[in-house]
Amino acid sequence: MRFLTFDGVPIWRDARVIRATAQIVSVVIVVIVVFFVASNVLDAADKRGFSLGFDFLGQEAGFPIAESVIEYDESNSFRYAFTVGVLNTLKVALIGIVAATVLGIIIGVARVSSNWLINRLANVYIETFRNIPLLVQLFFWYFSVFLVLPTVQDSIRWPGPIYLSNRGLVSVWASPTSSFTPWLLFLLGGVLLAVAVTMTLARYQSRTGRSTYPNIGALAAFVVLAVAGWFLVGESPLVKNVPELERFNYAGGLRFTPEFAALLLGLVIYTASFISEIVRAGIQSVPRGQVEAARALGLSELEAQWSVVFPQALRVIVPPLISQFLNLTKNSSLAIAIGYPDLFSIGRIMINQAGRAVPIFLLIMGAYLVMSLTYAVIGNLYNRHMRLAER
Amino acid sequence: MASTPEIVRPPITSSGPIGWVRANLMSTKYNTLLTVAVLALLVWFLKSALGWVFFGADWSVVTSNLKLFLVGQYPSEEMWRIGVGVLFATLLLGVSWGVWGGVPRTFGRVWAVGLVVLAFFPFSLDHLSIESRIWILANPGMIGVGYLLSRASFVQPRRVVIAWVVLFLVGIVLLRGIEGVSVLPKVSTTLWGGLMLTFVLAIVGIVASFPLGVLLALGRRSSLPAVKSLSVLYIEFFRGVPLISLLFMTQIILPLFLPEGLRLDRVLRALLAITLFSSAYMAENVRGGFQAVPAGQVEAGKALGLSGPHIMVFIVLPQALRAVIPAIVGQFISLFKDTSLVVIVGLLDFVGIGKSVVLGNVAWIGSQREVYVFVAAVFWVCTYSMSYASQKLEERLGVGSR
Repeated sequence: MRFLTFDGVPIWRDARVIRATAQIVSVVIVVIVVFFVASNVLDAADKRGFSLGFDFLGQEAGFPIAESVIEYDESNSFRYAFTVGVLNTLKVALIGIVAATVLGIIIGVARVSSNWLINRLANVYIETFRNIPLLVQLFFWYFSVFLVLPTVQDSIRWPGPIYLSNRGLVSVWASPTSSFTPWLLFLLGGVLLAVAVTMTLARYQSRTGRSTYPNIGALAAFVVLAVAGWFLVGESPLVKNVPELERFNYAGGLRFTPEFAALLLGLVIYTASFISEIVRAGIQSVPRGQVEAARALGLSELEAQWSVVFPQALRVIVPPLISQFLNLTKNSSLAIAIGYPDLFSIGRIMINQAGRAVPIFLLIMGAYLVMSLTYAVIGNLYNRHMRLAER
Repeated sequence: MASTPEIVRPPITSSGPIGWVRANLMSTKYNTLLTVAVLALLVWFLKSALGWVFFGADWSVVTSNLKLFLVGQYPSEEMWRIGVGVLFATLLLGVSWGVWGGVPRTFGRVWAVGLVVLAFFPFSLDHLSIESRIWILANPGMIGVGYLLSRASFVQPRRVVIAWVVLFLVGIVLLRGIEGVSVLPKVSTTLWGGLMLTFVLAIVGIVASFPLGVLLALGRRSSLPAVKSLSVLYIEFFRGVPLISLLFMTQIILPLFLPEGLRLDRVLRALLAITLFSSAYMAENVRGGFQAVPAGQVEAGKALGLSGPHIMVFIVLPQALRAVIPAIVGQFISLFKDTSLVVIVGLLDFVGIGKSVVLGNVAWIGSQREVYVFVAAVFWVCTYSMSYASQKLEERLGVGSR
């Protein structure tokens, strides 16, 4: 007996049948694996008497966290503790991204410099830091730089004053007073005015062809409103907050713990070495003729770089740059190795404290996936925007 | 009457060393200033850094623990297995040098020079015995033997590749030992460590993730919606989470996923996490390779009457994989660096030996800087030589320039 489809093709050679079978088989395999894993987890949960629910999130956390963006103490819930971790991760990631981008651009520009010494040094920087594992760099900064600094009493004093000790870095800082919020309104007004001024001046410039310097006008508008606001709100909105040495540590000022400082330094130096290569490739992707054309039109070297090369390089730079931002965020999970309480290390403590490994791991993975999804969305939006601009 | 042409000397200010300095260091006033400032900083930095390396630092923490750093707590009486394994690898390296030149030649040179330097390094004999030095010097010899061997007619590229695969498998068995065989007693993986473990994790990780990555890349290109979405899900999930969370997952949660009797070894669990993670990146690399194969190749295959799988295996895959070799080397380099994360789950790889074993010893308190600088330097030499070789490979394959 022969199995034929309507077209007279044997069933095992019919493309539709093969396609359907392949899909069914792959889905069945995945379902079996998932079922196997799930049944084992349920089995283990049953036998060892642990629960898989998320109900523990409301319970009291009961463990201290060394540093936090928001107020936290041990009586807060697990949910709140996890939030503290997420915020700590975002804090180090955001500051790190800004600093790594700035440093990366500087090194990347130095890498294409015509000055031989600068060029070579930038190359040495890149080849050194991207070839050493981040974890080793973190250990180096934390254990053999920050922790061996002098004690608080003998701390190193830099102008500012900035104090460096094995308790971290403390620096003079501006703290807001009660009149800070009204002043913020003035700043907001300044931004709006600046936008309006730029648009008006730019329109006038393009209509008449006369230079109106829209950027300078905008800056002036913003500064005028900010300064006016400073005096109009009465009490000065920001006061100088100088750290004072107390018995065990400094009080006041802006404080970075050694854990945060080491993590930030490691992440920034490591990521900047990758970003600078991206920047270099971006700059070199712009044909030399573009600069020559801009110079021929009478733009200065700086103007040519800023308004001709840079916008074109940006298109090449941004997509890999965003993936470096994602890497930096993911790499901040190495915080656990040096004791900075990011979301991963707080999740790890929560597992010990609440004994709910499976749900907490789902939370951790979920948090990272949401972050990487956000970066992906930003990247896609940028690409779509740039594609429209393409000829 | 023709006058003898006057020989004009090159202007001293625009060529020669002075010209070079003017053009490259002092082209403008601002550049001159920058050069001087950076030069001053550089001199200050080099003076303090080199001063520390040669006079300030006490390197005895490294020399006294050389064996720990290299192989961890692997039993001394079984060390010959690692020695034999490495000798064979060196022999094959020599053969590969003879067959392909290029990358194996770079590695061969780095390896031989490094070992000769190590053999004559003025360590005391307690730290590096005569036997070890003889073994070290045997390695460059093996490269030479391999090179000569590569001239023999039975040595063909395909056979050399097979030999590497066989050596990889035999090497793992040799390291691990076989239960019940008295010559090769089993060495528990809890004793594996040091640079050896780092290499085992990275090499096994990349080798194991390769087939999985190719399958996932095929899945992602597939026109079957179910297969495609499963592959995309897998790839995006494992690329979206940090490796360290996967390492913890396989250490803490994996035991719950498996039936009660089944317990995996710690190194194996770490390898599982590394492979899952690495295969997602491998899939993306291989996908890039697929995109590099022109559509005309597939059409030509169809026109010749080849079936889909045949086109894939004989036409698309060979070209795609050739195009992704540099990317795979790059991935190997980052995997090699990433293996250091196993420290956080308590394995004693090269970094772990330094952090937990050496610095955990009371005798070496206060030597953190020496240990981490040494660890960083060794990693740097390994990864830098690999990335140098990969650049050379890229030029050789002409990827991107065709």
